[in-house]
Amino acid sequence: MKKNLTRRNFIRLSALGIAATAAGCSKGTAWDDFFQKRFQEMKPDEIAGFLKKLENRYAGTYGAPFSVKATPAKEKVVFGYGLDLSRCIGCRRCVSACVKENNPSRDVQIQWIRVLRMKKGEFNLEKSEPYYEPETVPEDGFFTIPVQCQQCENPPCVKVCPVKATWKEPDGIVVIDYNWCIGCRTCMAACPYRARKFNWNEPVIPRDEVNRDTHYLGNRPRMKGVVEKCTFCIQRAREGKYTACVEACPVGARKFGNLLDPKSEIRYVLDNFRVFRLKEELNTEPKFFYFFSIG
Amino acid sequence: MRMLEYSVVTVFFVLLSAASSAAAEYPTGKPAVLLSGNFPCSNCHAGMTPDPARRSLTFHPEIKLKEHGEQRMWCFACHDAADRDHLRLADGEKVPFIELHRLCGQCHENIYRHWKAGIHGKRTGSWEGAKQYYLCTNCHNPHSPRFKPLAPEPAPIKPVNTLRRRL
Repeated sequence: MKKNLTRRNFIRLSALGIAATAAGCSKGTAWDDFFQKRFQEMKPDEIAGFLKKLENRYAGTYGAPFSVKATPAKEKVVFGYGLDLSRCIGCRRCVSACVKENNPSRDVQIQWIRVLRMKKGEFNLEKSEPYYEPETVPEDGFFTIPVQCQQCENPPCVKVCPVKATWKEPDGIVVIDYNWCIGCRTCMAACPYRARKFNWNEPVIPRDEVNRDTHYLGNRPRMKGVVEKCTFCIQRAREGKYTACVEACPVGARKFGNLLDPKSEIRYVLDNFRVFRLKEELNTEPKFFYFFSIG
Repeated sequence: MRMLEYSVVTVFFVLLSAASSAAAEYPTGKPAVLLSGNFPCSNCHAGMTPDPARRSLTFHPEIKLKEHGEQRMWCFACHDAADRDHLRLADGEKVPFIELHRLCGQCHENIYRHWKAGIHGKRTGSWEGAKQYYLCTNCHNPHSPRFKPLAPEPAPIKPVNTLRRRL
């Protein structure tokens, strides 16, 4: 190698190279993606263009029109959830409805709801069994308790995120900006409910199973290397609808509503039944209430 | 779980609401009997003499009172003997099938109160606006109301070769 690459020429060449790369990417995706702002700092018109870009990209991947919304939180709404343990039979209908609604990875299985089976008479999460598989449920001598993101009012996962990719929205839903998540999984370590799941692989969702009605902070398809979790079906809840698990439960054990509305179902639960929250002693203040309507 | 299957195909927003204030107050799906093809009952029963005797029913073999007051109740505890297209409350008031929650609520008062508040049973639709109630018989078989056991959805796939972290 001759030393004909002088300092001056090197700088010229690199400047050219950078300019060429920039020109090549400025209309494309890589450049935009790399210099994307935090979702919370985007202006409304920026969000609109950004969502359009995502919609086109998803439409290309899944071969059909896609909708990615970013419906903001409603005023004077804080979502709360009630689950009637005296009714739950552990049929996992909520799990399959959630998978259908929220586009988690199928080939490497990701599920946001875990239904834990425990012996009656003891409440020991250490000894709980999520892989139970009897012919029929309910089983004698056992009860089941579904666990998903508890949407803590004091969420430890948010506290530990080093890049502020996860935060609590004004309506109390803890969300993740998948584009901003660096995949360090610190939030997973911080969550005492094992609610967060990590995409170790590029998630695969069959084209005919993908839900094309999505929310940016919720059920839009994720990518490899990001964390995801239950968002109280943010794409449904913010449109006024019940979550998918509420509508799927065959025994009506799941209740959902606005904690600030004294006439809501969830407030009726809090006013009239014995209620507890999971791992209350950790001071996470979950907005997910387990209750007993019988006894 | 047959009743449960009915509930899935139930057509919501029943048009009968104009006829009854209670139905408008609690918009429900149609009760299973209205969808079964057997309704109106008077098609057959109009010309028949009501038989109050306790017996096994030859024409309706699927109707068996089980775990629902089988020692105390028989057809005309709930069905109106004179008008078979209606139910009959304890005070003699006739109610249409679409308002059967008033009939069930006579004994199951606690459950009725919770159902009205949207706690017992389930509702679909909007948490802040219009919702559909499920009638008692959309989930329960009125003659044998206890839920039958149900096959669960498949268990999650167990991670292999990983140290399992417990909740």
